[in-house]
Amino acid sequence: MMPKEGTWEPDLQPPRVAQRAAALAYLLFGHAGTSHADYAINLPPPATGIARQIYDLHTLILWICAAILIVVFVPMVIALVRHRRSAGHVAHRFHDNLRLEILWTAVPVLILVGMAYPATKTVIEMKDWSASDMTIKIVGRQWKWEYEYVDDDLRFISTLSTPRSEIDNVSAKNPNYLLEVDRPLVIPTGAKIKLILTASDVIHAWWIPAFGVKQDAVPGFIRETWFRVDEPGTYRGQCAELCGVGHGFMPIVVEAVSPERFESWKTEQRSQMAALKEASAREYTMAELVGHGEKVYAANCAVCHQANGAGVPPAFPPLDGSKLVAGPAGDHLNRVFNGRSGTAMQAFGPQLSDFDIAAVVTFERNSWSNRIGDVVQPAQVAALRKQH
Amino acid sequence: MMSTNDPVYYLPPPSRWPIVGSVALLTLATGFILYLAKSAAGPWIMLAGCLILARMLFGWFGNVVQESNAGRFDGQVDRSFRWGMVWFIFSEVMFFAGFFGALFYIRNIAVPGLADADLIWPGYPGGWPTAGPGLKESFSPMPAWGIPALNTVILLSSGATVTWAHWGLLAGRRWQIKLGLALTILLGAIFLVLQAYEYIHAEFTIRTGVYGATFFMLTGFHGVHVTLGALMLVVILGRVFAGHFTPRQHFAFEAVSWYWHFVDVVWLMLFVFVYWL
Amino acid sequence: MHAATLDDTGQHEEHPYGLMRWVTTTNHKDIGTLYLWFSFLMFLAAGSMAMLIRMELFQPGLQLVQPALFNQLTTMHGLLMIFGAIMPAFVGFANWQVPLMIGAPDMAFPRLNNWSFWLLPAAATLLIASLFVPGGAVAGGWTLYPPLFIQGGIAYDMAILAMHILGLSSIMGAINIITTILNMRAPGMTMMKMPMFVWTWLITAYLLVAVMPVLACAITMLLTDRHFGTHFFDAAGGGDPVLFQHVFWFFGHPEVYIMILPAFGIVSTIIPTFSRKPLFGYVSMVIAVASIAILSFIVWAHHMFSTGMPVGGQLFFMYSTMLIAVPTGVKVFNWLATLWRGSISFETPMLFSLAVVCLFTLGGFSGLVLGLVPVDIQLQDTYYVVAHFHYVLFSGAAMSIMAGVYYWLPKWTGHMYDETVAKWHFWLTTIAFNVTFFPMHFLGLAGMPRRIPDYAMQFEGFNRIASTGAFVLGLSQLLFLYCVVKCIRGGAAAGDRPWDGADSLEWTLSSPPPYHSFGVPPLVR
Repeated sequence: MMPKEGTWEPDLQPPRVAQRAAALAYLLFGHAGTSHADYAINLPPPATGIARQIYDLHTLILWICAAILIVVFVPMVIALVRHRRSAGHVAHRFHDNLRLEILWTAVPVLILVGMAYPATKTVIEMKDWSASDMTIKIVGRQWKWEYEYVDDDLRFISTLSTPRSEIDNVSAKNPNYLLEVDRPLVIPTGAKIKLILTASDVIHAWWIPAFGVKQDAVPGFIRETWFRVDEPGTYRGQCAELCGVGHGFMPIVVEAVSPERFESWKTEQRSQMAALKEASAREYTMAELVGHGEKVYAANCAVCHQANGAGVPPAFPPLDGSKLVAGPAGDHLNRVFNGRSGTAMQAFGPQLSDFDIAAVVTFERNSWSNRIGDVVQPAQVAALRKQH
Repeated sequence: MMSTNDPVYYLPPPSRWPIVGSVALLTLATGFILYLAKSAAGPWIMLAGCLILARMLFGWFGNVVQESNAGRFDGQVDRSFRWGMVWFIFSEVMFFAGFFGALFYIRNIAVPGLADADLIWPGYPGGWPTAGPGLKESFSPMPAWGIPALNTVILLSSGATVTWAHWGLLAGRRWQIKLGLALTILLGAIFLVLQAYEYIHAEFTIRTGVYGATFFMLTGFHGVHVTLGALMLVVILGRVFAGHFTPRQHFAFEAVSWYWHFVDVVWLMLFVFVYWL
Repeated sequence: MHAATLDDTGQHEEHPYGLMRWVTTTNHKDIGTLYLWFSFLMFLAAGSMAMLIRMELFQPGLQLVQPALFNQLTTMHGLLMIFGAIMPAFVGFANWQVPLMIGAPDMAFPRLNNWSFWLLPAAATLLIASLFVPGGAVAGGWTLYPPLFIQGGIAYDMAILAMHILGLSSIMGAINIITTILNMRAPGMTMMKMPMFVWTWLITAYLLVAVMPVLACAITMLLTDRHFGTHFFDAAGGGDPVLFQHVFWFFGHPEVYIMILPAFGIVSTIIPTFSRKPLFGYVSMVIAVASIAILSFIVWAHHMFSTGMPVGGQLFFMYSTMLIAVPTGVKVFNWLATLWRGSISFETPMLFSLAVVCLFTLGGFSGLVLGLVPVDIQLQDTYYVVAHFHYVLFSGAAMSIMAGVYYWLPKWTGHMYDETVAKWHFWLTTIAFNVTFFPMHFLGLAGMPRRIPDYAMQFEGFNRIASTGAFVLGLSQLLFLYCVVKCIRGGAAAGDRPWDGADSLEWTLSSPPPYHSFGVPPLVR
């Protein structure tokens, strides 16, 4: 059984006229969309101990700020009302007072020290990932997340699964619009989970508000953080560092399940990966490869090279009529597998299976106006992979 | 009515040099952009921009020299020039400080961080100098105790010669100013030639990881400043030959000599932190 | 000292007319006018981009602009507002007011002053032209982080060069202002008798001279990483993307104080005038501004709490950031004490200044919240940050610019502005501003990231409110334009001193002042 690929493809071309008209009508006359708005005014309910501490610290600060606001604004309003010239008030001439200056310098310092103490404790705790129960490696990519269960040799990519038709206002938006993925990160409750993060291209940031966890993923470097969730549930977050056009479209979904369910989930995943390996071990017809390749293309390539293969030159070259695509299959495969350093073309070898890569290369060579007529089999990709 | 015998703060009349300068920089920038975009016209437009800029500098400074020679600048204007030069040099110090800060961060925080990131760069030991974990080239860094040490002596000497020239100016000995300035310029030129030699024979380039990047950025900008300083010294020497400057009034000379000393101090920092340690 | 000034044309005050006057002027009043008009133009351009942004964000879904253009709009909005609108406006005020307030005949370097201005249109040309090149304009945020910045097209290099030119303009302008203030004060005007506005500009100028070169460093390294094979920000070569953030924010944090200290100066001028009382705690205000400036050099990494720095780093920068609240608070208390037992009237400059004090204080509180590391981890890169900096930059900096314009328009033009239209401008602006930006605190707390063109369903309500407020806010600025133009063209005669509580030197001159003023410096007691 094949794992489901994501179906998102942000389109860099303007929407078609019909979509534009629909959008304009939507814009002008409003819609039932506001029924989903929840007008939340505070941090989300905390799902971890750290998030709870952050929530409480924020509440404390708010109360202190409210108190200071009253101390500042009440005298101000009094002055503005009672000391008006139009009410006949005559100005006094005083213009300094050393004791007051010392007072309103020293008191804020003391208040700040009072805030700094609980904050310091939380800072130290947020950085303490010792004695963790499991480790998950996270790689941020443009524009998806890759998760790897380090101790279990389990790795997959998680992409946005909201249909393009919802983004383009053609179909109604579901309640988890932009916050849903094809393959969530599944974790056991009650375990201290250490995260090691990096990125493959630009800086991303992994953030789940309910956990109180946000960590930049810096390419070439390792960053660490941790969390522990006790309540089972689905927790959603988003990328929190501008990473290009897909920044708003690479959400994070964490499913916290009981430890037993977690173990059975891992077993399911492993058999799925084995099936995928098997699928990559045989040969396919042109029609099978092109059919599967179209889906892989939509999920991974269309974002830059466009659904119609026209690309967005000069940054994203066209594939329709491309010299590289028309040339030897080996060169074309090499480019897809290894990417092109110095450009935005990623290396898809580490990200996709042999079958996926063979399919998408075959698709590109035999779609739009390209009629090269040859196929690439998963075995060729496997051979290339062995060289690395 | 004002008496023309009263001292005045000179206010220059409307001037076309600023707009010429803006046109020059816009032209230079456009040419550079075209060059980066691989257009053949780029370098030519850059050249045009440089020529317009040179015209502006000659015209503007020429005006200032004329005004100075006509006696329009009193003590207060002189103080303005001094303050201006001081804060200009301070801004240049901050420019170099940024690059030194980058060097410090790379050596003490970034490279150790990469060495720790075993999962991504297995076996990368860190240490300095380094071209980074991903580039497969080995290289030998620039040794401090060859030409760079010689260059230190050269620049320090040039600081002494320009000071000696200044003493000549204060004492009214024109030959001393001329000889001192000429020696300073000569030493500066030798410095630049030796740096060029080092650059050509270096066993690494600006692309050699972060060692090459920081080395050439820091020493390169320093070289640009030495060149500018030397050119300014030539202009001053020319003005000496033209009979400008008196023992009591010679701010342009002082400004350029301050600049030269600043260039010298930056070199000392480079020598210690880029070449030696 | 000096008894007179002469220009090269002798006794007659001849100067060219028409276009050439404005192109070649060495007069601080002309140059101030040029800066102010330039900044207004940039304000309207960047504001239009904001209107487009808020239109797209009115509802979930992509209606008007695709993500690529959206990112260009947000980036250009930031760059143009900061470097095109706010900074030049304050320099415009410095040009007009500093020589007048210290009794100087002009700036120390009048020709250099002219070049500082005329560099701005050159930079703006590069930046605006970059909207039309292949690949579109810069789209990586005004903060320019690599490696994203390395991926962009030729527009990114145009932006780098534009910022180099802007930096040159700012550095030369700052040197001019420092020298003017230190060297050209009228006899008797000691440093501790200078108007507060002059003090704030002196300190701002020091910040500019210190940190603009560091920005130049950072963007030069971006340029060489993009085109000349360097690896400053590339881990494979031993570099680090976070290095850029450190260098950039070492500039970036003092930069935000560069944008607010002159605002404090304007407010410190207007509140005493309309309270008819001297500024409370002059010495303490000077010390506060100086402390803010010094502290601004050691807080930069509070923009980077989520990058993964060690605990010690987070704690140090948290403490230093919290500390900056102290001198800022001192200033607010001093303004309050100035109002107290004054004789207060509510002309438009005063209304704007009072709004600045109230709303900037709110921005200060959200800044304090962000300064606490654990809370910042939740709020970094969300709409809470957008709310914070708009509270301090719009209701802090921009509204103080509006206050200053209304305050000094009578002096500059000789006419009173239309108080009724001005009050409409004030109330619409203030109310619409809060409708736009207050809900953004909630959006950030609820988990909406920033710099996204489309958002999840739960954020729709407050986004609609914010967008509605934004449309009103944007349109209201046309009232400002109307008011300014109307005042320039005519109005009730202002007289030398239309504000009876005003007492600095510019009010001893006619309105408008003579083209060359203080040819004979006044004696200050």
